[in-house]
Amino acid sequence: MHERPDLIVCEECDAVHRKPLLGRAEIARCLRCDAELERHNGSRHERLLPLTVASLIMFVIANSFPIVEIELQGLSSQTTLLGAVLALNAEGMSLVALLVLATTILFPLVQLLILFYLLLPSTRAMPRLGTKVLLRLMHAVRPWGMVEVFLLGVLVALVKLSHIADVLPGMALWAFAALTILLTAVVSFNPRYLWRLLVIAPAASASQDQESLP
Amino acid sequence: MMVATHVAADQPGTDSLDSAASPNLLSAQQCNLHGCHHCGTVWEGAAENAQCTVCHGRLRQRKTDSLTRTWAFLIAACIMYIPANLLPVMVTSTLLDVQQDTIMSGIIYFWTSGSWELAVVVFVASFLVPLFKLVSLILLTVSAGRRSSWQRLQRAKLYRLVEAIGRWSMLDVFVVALLAGLVQIEGFAKINAGVGVAAFGAVVVLTMLASLSFDPRLIWDEDTEDGADAVDDEHPAVQQDKDSND
Repeated sequence: MHERPDLIVCEECDAVHRKPLLGRAEIARCLRCDAELERHNGSRHERLLPLTVASLIMFVIANSFPIVEIELQGLSSQTTLLGAVLALNAEGMSLVALLVLATTILFPLVQLLILFYLLLPSTRAMPRLGTKVLLRLMHAVRPWGMVEVFLLGVLVALVKLSHIADVLPGMALWAFAALTILLTAVVSFNPRYLWRLLVIAPAASASQDQESLP
Repeated sequence: MMVATHVAADQPGTDSLDSAASPNLLSAQQCNLHGCHHCGTVWEGAAENAQCTVCHGRLRQRKTDSLTRTWAFLIAACIMYIPANLLPVMVTSTLLDVQQDTIMSGIIYFWTSGSWELAVVVFVASFLVPLFKLVSLILLTVSAGRRSSWQRLQRAKLYRLVEAIGRWSMLDVFVVALLAGLVQIEGFAKINAGVGVAAFGAVVVLTMLASLSFDPRLIWDEDTEDGADAVDDEHPAVQQDKDSND
């Protein structure tokens, strides 16, 4: 079993291609199924850590303030995302509460924390402890983070409520909107590229260092 | 063995897939290659289920038991689809009465109360998307199981579409969750989640699991005799695509 670094296999149709050399802003597509094989990322990885930090800050704001407040005949009521999850749980809908908790809080947070941990600058050349397990975990939770769907859900709920009560959007609503935009930029990174950046490239430079030693 | 590179510039409007010019590509399976599903590294002569040296994931030609698992999730999703649409997803109690809403009656409420844009959004996300996903995945699984060569490119694109839109049907679950958390004004107005929302959430999760277990590579798999003679050529004939825009 040996590696073939000159080849690239399409993730979606298994077609074998010779690995192309890409120029700036170029994308290689599969000849057979038109899926993206590779993309020239340039210096985009330098933006990934700032985007992750910004997302984490927005995540904290979005989850610590009320999303919306309603007023009905002088009575008011407000909720955070976690409050909504707890209310569902209290009604005996614990599985639905768990689903909402996982897709809007847990999985996006896990993804961001893993990225933050792995991308923090380090002085050592070797990959950080647990890099491989964490990258695989991140790959597994990626389809299940649904912050952008939740944001649309909030908007639908607001319009629904505006017929019967006064609706005051809270600070967390804006934070969720910002978080959605930031997460889109973070998640658009192909995980294959992270493997190359965090595992393959450091290992290659470490072996080069060893060779150059007298 | 024919290997080709194809480069298209990252600009709108230069979509350059020319199916007439595309050569007869070989799959990694036919060349005794493994493309790692996790990190994308390509290995030659690896045993099935061997460990990838780079990422320690298992090297597999195809996802394990792809069609069987997809069928299992699809059948479960079809069963849950019925209570998801018939049972109430939301129970609204006010001073005067108690109102139970199903997915459909919620959409009709939006339509009749004048917010037809929202009616369309919820109709698409909660009704059309799950139905479209179920029908598409059944079509893909049946045709992949029969190793059909019918409309391969279109089926690959259909799978990509299913992957992209699947998550949006969680919309109604989130709407109900937020309303149930927010509208708790004791003795005046109260919104509770109905049983239907659990069934509906199950449909979304099951169809997502089905599309994750489906292996799109199966769409392109030929009957074994077709590929066998093509592997004879040891030296790759490299075809360089000259009409790429760079």
